[in-house]
Amino acid sequence: MTPDRWIVLVVGLLLVVFIVWFFWLKRAKGARAAMTSGGGYQEVMILVKGGYTPDTIIVNHDKPVRLNFRREETASCSDKVVFADFQKSADLPTGELVAVELMPKEPGEYVFSCPMGMFRGRLIVE
Amino acid sequence: MNKVKATVTQALGVRAIAAVTPHAIAMQRVEFSVGGMTCPHCSLAVEKALKAIDGVIEAHVNLANKRATVDYDPTRAEAPNFAKAIRTAGYSPGAATMRISIKRMHCASCVTRIELALQMTSGVLSARASVGTNAVDIEYDPSATSFEAIRAAIESAGHKIAEPKPADFKTAVEEGIAPEQAAQDAEYRTLMRKFWFAAAISIPVMALSYPDLIPGLREWMPMGSDTRRVVWALLGLLSLPVLLWSGSQFFAGMWDALKHRSANMHTLIAIGVTAAFVYSIAAVAYPGLFPDPALAEVFWDVTDVVIALVVLGLALEIKAKGRTSAAIKKLIGLQARTARVVRDGKEIDVLFEEVVVGDIAVVRPGEKIPVDGEVLDGASAVDESMITGESIPVEKHAGLEVIGGTLNKIGSFKFKATKVGKDTALASIIRMVKDAQGSKAPIQRFVDVVSGYFVPAVMLLAVLSFVVWYLVGPEPRFVYATIVLVTTLIIACPCALGLATPTSLTVGIGKGAENGILIRSGDALQTAQKLDSIVLDKTGTITRGEPALTDVLAVSGQSEDEVLRLTASLERASEHPLGEAIVKGAEQRGLTLGVAENFAAIPGHGVSGRVDDRDVLLGNAKLMHDRGVSFAVLATDLERLANEGKTPMLVAVNGAAAGLVAVADTVKPDSVEAIKALRRLGLEVVMLTGDNKRTADAIARQVGIERVLAEVLPDDKAHEVQKLQLEGKTVGMVGDGINDAPALAQADVGFAIGTGTDVAIEASDVTLIKGSLMGVITAIEISRATMRNVRQNLVGAFGYNILGIPVAMGVLYPFFGILLSPLIAAAAMAMSSVTVVTNANRLRFFQSRRITS
Repeated sequence: MTPDRWIVLVVGLLLVVFIVWFFWLKRAKGARAAMTSGGGYQEVMILVKGGYTPDTIIVNHDKPVRLNFRREETASCSDKVVFADFQKSADLPTGELVAVELMPKEPGEYVFSCPMGMFRGRLIVE
Repeated sequence: MNKVKATVTQALGVRAIAAVTPHAIAMQRVEFSVGGMTCPHCSLAVEKALKAIDGVIEAHVNLANKRATVDYDPTRAEAPNFAKAIRTAGYSPGAATMRISIKRMHCASCVTRIELALQMTSGVLSARASVGTNAVDIEYDPSATSFEAIRAAIESAGHKIAEPKPADFKTAVEEGIAPEQAAQDAEYRTLMRKFWFAAAISIPVMALSYPDLIPGLREWMPMGSDTRRVVWALLGLLSLPVLLWSGSQFFAGMWDALKHRSANMHTLIAIGVTAAFVYSIAAVAYPGLFPDPALAEVFWDVTDVVIALVVLGLALEIKAKGRTSAAIKKLIGLQARTARVVRDGKEIDVLFEEVVVGDIAVVRPGEKIPVDGEVLDGASAVDESMITGESIPVEKHAGLEVIGGTLNKIGSFKFKATKVGKDTALASIIRMVKDAQGSKAPIQRFVDVVSGYFVPAVMLLAVLSFVVWYLVGPEPRFVYATIVLVTTLIIACPCALGLATPTSLTVGIGKGAENGILIRSGDALQTAQKLDSIVLDKTGTITRGEPALTDVLAVSGQSEDEVLRLTASLERASEHPLGEAIVKGAEQRGLTLGVAENFAAIPGHGVSGRVDDRDVLLGNAKLMHDRGVSFAVLATDLERLANEGKTPMLVAVNGAAAGLVAVADTVKPDSVEAIKALRRLGLEVVMLTGDNKRTADAIARQVGIERVLAEVLPDDKAHEVQKLQLEGKTVGMVGDGINDAPALAQADVGFAIGTGTDVAIEASDVTLIKGSLMGVITAIEISRATMRNVRQNLVGAFGYNILGIPVAMGVLYPFFGILLSPLIAAAAMAMSSVTVVTNANRLRFFQSRRITS
C-alpha cells in the first residue's frame, strides 16, 4: 500500500465513525413544557426549520398539552406535522403559529414527524 | 375529534340567573356543556375539579346530557376559571367560537379592555383579541349568551363591531382556498426559476466541459493548454451562481438538518455537488497536483445538471402533491363565505365565522347554506350531493335540518343556526378527512424505521465505496472514486420512500370523502382491505328501520280500501309506531280517513273503537278469540305473513272478520344488490339482530344472507363479533353508531351508517354519510385500491434504492464495466419521487366497479 492509500483509508474510517456518532449515537436533551396561567395547558413553542426546535419535549401526563408550531421555511416536506399515536395532524402554513392540542393519558415516548418522516420530534410523557 | 357540543336553547339571551339564597350571599348559576366525558367516573372528576375552585358553592355534572351546572359566588369566582379547571382536568369546556371584527382597535390597551369586558359577560368563557387581525376570537356557551350581549360588552369597552365592507367579502371569497395554495404556487414558481437558470447555464458548461468530444473545440482548446484552463475557470465562475442560488435550498436544508443531528435528501445532494465542485476547482487551480493531466478534469457539468434536474424534480413533486389533496380543497371550497342573517329586524350580510348559534339566516334560490340549522319557514329542494353523495335534491320544509355547504335549489327559506363555525357537519368532515390523511397506516411504521437510518447509511456507503475504489480501483483512481462518491450520494432517494405511503393515503381518503365515505385513519383503511367477514345489523342497516304497511287483505264482500280506511281511521287516534305505519300507508293510497270514537287501546292485544258508526276491532288472534270473532278464513294468510317476518293484524267490523293488514320493517331498495356485491368481493356476510328468529330469517331470505344471528341482546352484539374474530376472521361491522357502538368498536373495522349533520360518530372507523349499504362496498374497494397503490409505491421506492445505490457504487463494474454517470443518477433520482407521487395520483381516477359495470 502506498502512503496516499493509507491516508485515504484512515480518513475514510474516521469519517465512518464520525457519521455513526453524529447521527445515531448522540442524543439531545429535551425541553420541558411550561405550565401556562391561561387555561391550564402545558405549552411550548416549536420552530419548524430543517427540523423541530426543540425536538424533544417533556410533559406530564393527564394534563393538556399545547404545542405551538411555527414553520419558517417553504420546503414541502414540513407543511404538516403528524402525531400518529394521537391520530392528530396539523397543517403548518409558513409563518403562521399553529397550536396542536393533545391530551397524553399514558406516560411514554411518542414520536411526531412530518408525513414523510424527514423531520422527527419526541414527546416524552412522564 | 372535538366533542364539544354547542347546545341550542329556544330562549336566547343571558341565562345566568341571579338567585336569592337563604345563605344571604349573591349566588349565580351558570350552565355549560362539557366535552370529552367518555367514562362513568368522568363526571365525578369534572365535579371535583369545579368544586375545588374557590367561590364555587355547588357543581353538578350530568353525564347523560353532558352538561355542568355550577352555582357560584360571583364576588369570588369567575366563569372563565371554570373552563380552565375543566381543561386542567382533561376535558373540554363546552363552547362554540366566533370571530368578530372590531373597528379601530390599534392599541394594546384596547385589546385588554375588550377582552376584560367580554370575560365579564356571562356565558363567555374566553376572549382573545388581536391587533394583527383587528378581531377578537370568543369562546362562548351558545346557550348562555347571544350576539346582542356580546355586542353590548364590546360597546361598553368603547369599541364598535366593524360592519363588514363589500371589499372584505371579496377578499374572503377569494381567499376561499386558503393561503396554503398561494404559498405552494410561490414555492413552485421559485423552483422553476431556479431550474431554468441552472438549465440555461448547463448547456454551454456541458459542451465546453468535454471539448475532446467536439471536433472544433478539440483543436481550439487542446488538453493541457492554457486556453482550456482559462475556459474552464470561466465555466467555474458561471457555475458558481447555480450552486449558490439554484442550489441554495440544499445547503440551507442540510444546515438546518445538521443542527438537529439529522440528515435528509438535501444533505446528500449538497455533499454530492460540493464534492464535484471542489474537485473541479482543484483541477483548474492546481493541475500540478494531479500526476496525469487527464486527471485534471472538471465536473462543473455535474454540479449544474444535478442541481437543475433535482430542482425540477422538487417542482414537479410540489405540483403533483398539490393534486393529491384536491378532494380536501374541494370540501373547503364548499364552505359559503358569507351568510345573510336577521339582526335588529334587518337582513344583513356577515362573514360565516360571525354567525352565532340561534341566528336566523335567510337563504335564497341558488345560494349556499352557510351553516347547519333547522328550517323555520319556507320550503325548497336542496342539493346535498356534495356532502352525502346523494344525487337527487332533498325536499326541505319547516322542522327539517339543513347542512351547511349544501346548495339551495329553488325556494327561499329561513332557518335557525344550530351548529356554527367549527361545529358544523362540513367543518367536522373536513377535520376528520384532514386528520385521517395525516394519520399513518401501519405499513408506514416499517418505512419510518428504515428512513430513520437511510440517509446516514447512504453517506456511509458513499464514503466506503470511495475508499474501496481508491484502494483497489483502476487508474485514474482518484477520478473514479470521486465519481462513485458523488453518484452514490445523488442517486439515493429518501423522498421516494417517505412519499410512498402518505401520498396514496391522502388521495385514497380524499376519494372516499368525495363518495360520502369518511375513513377515519390509515389504520382503518389498511384493515378494510383484508376483511373476511362482514356483520350487518338488521334494523336500520339492511332495512329502513321503521315499519311500513306491506299487505292488506279483505274477506269476500269487503274491499281492501275499505278495510284499510277503517283501520287507519281507528289507528289515527293511537300513537303506536305500527299504527303510524298503517296511517301513512292509507294516506299513500289516497284514502280519506274518518274520525274514531270511543277509542280504546287493549295493551298487548290491539285497539277498538267506532268509525262511521261501525265497531272496528284491530288486533292479534287472541283478541279475536276473546271477543268471539271467527277468523278461520284468514288463518292461512295470517300464518303465511307471520312466516314472512311481518306483523299481521286482524280486522273485525261489527263483530265479523273483515280482513287483515300487515306491517313490516322493509328492506332498503339497494340492500339486496349491496349484499350480492359484498359476496362478489369474497366476504362472508352475517346478519345480526335482536329480533326473533322468524323475522330475521324472513329478511335474510329476501336479501340472500345465509348466516343469521338472531335474538341477540343489544349488549351481546359486541360479544358475537368477538366470537367471529375468534374463528380467526377479520371482521367488519356495519351498524348505526349509537346502539351498536360497542360492537362497532369491537370489530376490526366499524362502519357507521350516519345521516344528516351527525357525521362525527365516535365509535366508527368508517362513516357512511349516505345511509346506504353500498357505501361499505365502495369503502372496501377504495381501501383495496389504495393499499395496492401503496404497495406499488413501496416496491418501486425500495426497489429503486436497492438497485440504484449498489450500481452507483460500482458493484457492476468488475463484471460488466458498468459505471453510472452522476448526470444519469440525478435524472433517476428526480424522476423516482415524481413517479411515486404520480402513481398515487392515479388513484384519483378510481371508480367504484358497480358504477362502471
